[in-house]
Amino acid sequence: MAKFSLFPESASTIAGQVDGLFFFMIAVSTFFGLLVAGLVVFLSIRYRRRSDAVATDPPLLNSLRLEVAWTIIPFLISMVMFYWGASVYVTMARPPDDAEEIFVVGKQWMWKLQHIEGRREINELHVPVGQPIKLTMTSEDVIHSFYVPAFRIKADVVPGRYNTLWFEATKVGTYHLFCAEYCGTEHSKMIGSVYVMEPSDFQEWLSGGSGSAARSAAPVEVGRTLFAEKGCVTCHKAEGSMMGPSLVGIFGSERELAAGTRVVVDEDYLRESVLNPQAKIVAGYQPVMPTFAGQLDEEELLALVQYIKSLEPVDARDESAEAHAGQGEGNG
Amino acid sequence: MDRAEKAVDYLNADYGVRSWLLTRDHKRIAILYLLSITVMFMLGSVFAVLIRLELLTPAGDVVQADTYNKLFTMHGIVMIFFFLVPSIPAVLGNFLLPLMIGARDLAFPRLNLLSWYVYMVGAAFTLWAVITGGVDTGWTFYTPYSTTASHTNVLATAVGIFITGFSSILTGVNFIVTIHTMRAPGMTWFRLPLFVWAHYATSLIMILGTPVIAITILMLGLERAFGIGIFDPALGGDPILFQHLFWFYSHPAVYIMILPSMGVVSEIITCFARRRIFGYSFIAASSLAIAVFGFLVWGHHMFTSTQSVYAAMVFSVLSFAVAVPSAVKVFNWTATLYRGSITFEAPMLFALGFIGLFTIGGLTGLFLAALGLDVHVHDTYFVVAHFHYIMVGGALMGYLGAIHFWWPKMTGRMYPEAPARISAALVFVGFNLTFFPQFILGYLGMPRRYHAYPEEFQVLNVMSTTGASILGVGYLVPLCYLIWSLWRGRVAEANPWGAAGLEWRTNSPPPTENFAATPIVEEEAYAYPLKEPEVV
Repeated sequence: MAKFSLFPESASTIAGQVDGLFFFMIAVSTFFGLLVAGLVVFLSIRYRRRSDAVATDPPLLNSLRLEVAWTIIPFLISMVMFYWGASVYVTMARPPDDAEEIFVVGKQWMWKLQHIEGRREINELHVPVGQPIKLTMTSEDVIHSFYVPAFRIKADVVPGRYNTLWFEATKVGTYHLFCAEYCGTEHSKMIGSVYVMEPSDFQEWLSGGSGSAARSAAPVEVGRTLFAEKGCVTCHKAEGSMMGPSLVGIFGSERELAAGTRVVVDEDYLRESVLNPQAKIVAGYQPVMPTFAGQLDEEELLALVQYIKSLEPVDARDESAEAHAGQGEGNG
Repeated sequence: MDRAEKAVDYLNADYGVRSWLLTRDHKRIAILYLLSITVMFMLGSVFAVLIRLELLTPAGDVVQADTYNKLFTMHGIVMIFFFLVPSIPAVLGNFLLPLMIGARDLAFPRLNLLSWYVYMVGAAFTLWAVITGGVDTGWTFYTPYSTTASHTNVLATAVGIFITGFSSILTGVNFIVTIHTMRAPGMTWFRLPLFVWAHYATSLIMILGTPVIAITILMLGLERAFGIGIFDPALGGDPILFQHLFWFYSHPAVYIMILPSMGVVSEIITCFARRRIFGYSFIAASSLAIAVFGFLVWGHHMFTSTQSVYAAMVFSVLSFAVAVPSAVKVFNWTATLYRGSITFEAPMLFALGFIGLFTIGGLTGLFLAALGLDVHVHDTYFVVAHFHYIMVGGALMGYLGAIHFWWPKMTGRMYPEAPARISAALVFVGFNLTFFPQFILGYLGMPRRYHAYPEEFQVLNVMSTTGASILGVGYLVPLCYLIWSLWRGRVAEANPWGAAGLEWRTNSPPPTENFAATPIVEEEAYAYPLKEPEVV
């Protein structure tokens, strides 16, 4: 990683946009900073007291016109800054559709990451250059924050919910990964590296990983197993049951709840429904589902959610494996 | 102190510890506060010294990681809750408000004394927490770390902060009632010194905001002590809820710290430029605008915390809006210099230093309000640099300016001018050398609250620690000559600076009853050049 410098490396598609905004703000700030400093110095010298004679009471400047001017102008400039900042933020908040998903679980004091293919990493993240990556993140204990300065991205990793972050690396290299939210004793050791690789090198790395610990089943397969083992499948059948709704194709759809409100089925809703099934019951079902809190760790939950996301109507897929999945119970 | 030949004043009106501990004189209570917060400032500074020493090298080698975490936590808690929040209001506000509006005391003298005792009890709890092992949550107490993970004295510290909050509330109530009901004849609202307007706005925040932090701290305590699920997701709580509640107070609290300093600067600039303030009503109104808008921007501390994009946009736009009244003030102070007759005594140097540092602090605040940019610099040293520019470069610089400006009035003694000017210069230079490199560190990506850090950040950290050494000297020098002046300083006349304002029309130090006869106000504030210097 780079030695002493005054400006960080830019290695993602968003980094240039952030830097552009940064330079604009520096230019405006420098202008106003020097304006104020220059005026203070100039006026201090120009109007320093020259004798003990009592000063006359010189007329004031046209106060109102100036006041209005320096209220309105800073306001207008700040609105430009707001608009620019907001548009970059919106870009950061919307991952492209073709983003590869990677799962991140933070805990005191390490980062556990898993690729969609199953490959696991700790405190290291390997990604191909030029491929949008979406991180779905949660924490096992306290709040952490996933921060890669070279990509100019950061998002808090909060227990009890999922947060996402996306980036597309533009430059092969090795970059810092920091935890940016104070999380206890070894907070400053909760760091790692992001390795941006050529796609071919990345594929090689992905299929390699001779370290056996690194080789795991894909999350969606783990989720499929859990769905059967934990008995989810008994109620959440593909065709639905008295006990619970089918889960096939529900991801991303809007559901009506027993309470009369509506909810969009996203990762957070699925997670909540496993751990706290009574919270948001789908209309037409009884609150009979037991909680699975304490039976699944965060990585298993992510796998389960991933599996439910993968469930699509049978006619849309030729895999019959899905047919037995999905249905069920109190909360969908 | 040979005051034998002098008139009776509030200092020599009575003697003995009891006469101080049971006093109801706002001026004596101000002195009690001055002594207390000075002790707390020194304690907070010791923590800062140790932090800067640790950061001299990339490895975590001076203290253990746990110790380092306790150091920055206690530095923040002591400096914010026990020094900056009470600093100008409780010392100078207490001393000056009645004098400035021509009153004999605050509206509720006993309540005023009570507020000091409440402060002391809160401070005692916190000090006890520090001595018996400290606390390591960061001054922000983020959950669920503070309620479940930390093994340190969170509860004792929380109780200390909870109690101290009531001293803020009592002071705020007292100030508001005093300003409403005890103005001298002729002291209309728009003749009030801007220092008074600033304290009025500050008091509003104290009354409206402090109960929220008290309740938040209480809930934190309930969860930690009894496992009542409020913030911990494992107990069905929401950790982000804590951040909302915490910042609902703690962002306005920044204005509790900076508004009084702004009031101070308005007093000092006019005096040493011998000019009426430019745009009195705009400055007064901007104080109130800051107080109101300040309550609507807390979410800008949470742009990376899973907040919705739309909420973030609202908080961002409001944060930009709150910058405007601050900019208006800076322009007005600058314009006040125009066609003045300016001299550069120490208070003026501190006030001009304030303008410079506050301007940098304010402008870098815009960087943090800009959503896409904040994502990168949030929780990095950029933020650390920014809020030190506001709270140390701004609030503390204003406090030092105020102490130097009103020292003759408070003690009846003049301090030596030369070392005071030197210390103003040392503070300004040392401060910039300490904190400016941290902006660069932040953009480079160094996260805050790091005990150890990658090697490439060392050069800037060494600069920062060097600056902190200069800054430390800049703070120690005034402590020496101000104490020295109590015995050896030249006796101050009633109005050594030739300043307008009622407080300069009574003796230095003032008698217990402030004025021999209730002053009658016949002109607006800052009626420079003064006509005949008069002492009531």
